[in-house]
Amino acid sequence: MAEPTPLLEVRDLNAWYGESHILHGMTFNVRKGEVVTLLGRNGVGKTTTMRSVMGIVQKRTGSVRYGGTETIALPSNQIARFGIGYCPEERGIFASLNVTENLLLPPAVKGEGLSLDEIHKLFPQLKERARSQGTKLSGGEQQMLAIARILRTGAELLLLDEPTEGLAPVIVQQIGIVIRDLKKRGLTILLVEQNLHFASTVADRHYVVEHGTVVDEIENRDLAANRQRLETYLGV
Amino acid sequence: MFELLGVPPQALFGQLLLGLINGAFYALLSLGLAVIFGMLNVINFTHGAQYMMGAFGAWMLMQYVGIPYWGALLIVPVIVGATGILLERLLLSRLYHLDHLYGLLLTFGLALIIEGLFRKQYGSSGLPYTNPIPGGTNLGFMFLPWYRGWVVAFSIVVCLATWFMIEKTKLGSYLRAATENPTLVRAFGINVPRMMTLTYGFGVGLAALAGVLAAPIYSVNPIMGSNLIIVVFAVVVIGGMGSIMGSIVTGFGLGVIEGLTKVFYPEASSTVIFIIMAIVLMIRPAGLFGTQR
Repeated sequence: MAEPTPLLEVRDLNAWYGESHILHGMTFNVRKGEVVTLLGRNGVGKTTTMRSVMGIVQKRTGSVRYGGTETIALPSNQIARFGIGYCPEERGIFASLNVTENLLLPPAVKGEGLSLDEIHKLFPQLKERARSQGTKLSGGEQQMLAIARILRTGAELLLLDEPTEGLAPVIVQQIGIVIRDLKKRGLTILLVEQNLHFASTVADRHYVVEHGTVVDEIENRDLAANRQRLETYLGV
Repeated sequence: MFELLGVPPQALFGQLLLGLINGAFYALLSLGLAVIFGMLNVINFTHGAQYMMGAFGAWMLMQYVGIPYWGALLIVPVIVGATGILLERLLLSRLYHLDHLYGLLLTFGLALIIEGLFRKQYGSSGLPYTNPIPGGTNLGFMFLPWYRGWVVAFSIVVCLATWFMIEKTKLGSYLRAATENPTLVRAFGINVPRMMTLTYGFGVGLAALAGVLAAPIYSVNPIMGSNLIIVVFAVVVIGGMGSIMGSIVTGFGLGVIEGLTKVFYPEASSTVIFIIMAIVLMIRPAGLFGTQR
């Protein structure tokens, strides 16, 4: 079977915050329709990788190709327009906007996204709280809102940074259901995770990140056989 | 006729109207400052000079081109706003990564230069500008000049329209979001730097609009802005830096308080706003409508 060409191709990505060199040659790829995770301990550069792909980290070198187009030198507003949706770790819900305004904020970047009805079907909580101030929602609801608002835009690649962090198990389950549903719809997802169990229920492949570089790659179906090795990486 | 605390109603209402007029200018100017500060994090000290440019713009259009007040009301804010856009692109935008203080120093310096140029060209004595709607009406308890009524009514409409645009529309939601977290808004595909440029242009346009409104009331002179802007900064501090409704309410409110002080204790009328500012700063350092950030 021929390998499909990667939708996102990251080669030798280096990134800096001021003087500190965070990423040291990250190399990985994500194929269309895949769910891929970046696994690793705190502070190894997973979030910085997301922020570099998105163009938020100013100082970066190497190559980030999206659908074959080089984006390393572009500003983040242009990168988003290729069809990339970003859900940051801190969720980034706007306090001065209500839930609906938060939901409708990101402009359509590509074709048809999910309709408001479809989004409300996935996240019924958001419909009930439409008029509430964004930051008055619970942590779980804010996370759903942060994911929901990039589904409307028609983005084809979603960057989800630790969507399960600090959430109750029942909410984590709901987010798992949503991610599997999005995969069925043909979306491509790059996921940063520390929760190995959660990652194993949604992903096709995992990259292990240490010291700002990819040190291992494991197919999800081989996860059980490699569990020991992976747990050493993650220090579980 | 009745009297209130020994003050004849003509004097009371007359000062109240004057207070409302001053309040209208405080509100329009502090509104522009608030919009600019919220989005660009720049304390725009050029604001007074841009207000003066608005008044001069109206005078020049009348003098050199023969365009009357009503045309100036439309054209001048656009032209002066465009000079603001130019200034933001060429100078201000280079300072965003630095401390607030640099933006303040740059805009303060620019204000001095602009005022100096106008003083060199036109001198510092005021130039006359004809009242476009002379006359007025006797309301029984006071005489209301048409033009002054127009200034108060029109500035209330402009203030409320600006508030509506920022708090209730889609465009406004971009503005509010970008004020909170410009990086994320940009990562959603919105051209935040262009928004900042246009926001500055809009804020400057508001200052120029206030200048056109002021031309028939106050004499048009190069330092009319620096006289006013000190009070306006006090208004901004009292209302809370960056708050839209705060600027509007505080602007009109302080104008009226100032007017009433002129009636009841004239000696304090020029300082009352600063006394209020000191008290507010002690009790609520973020201002009456501001939030700590």
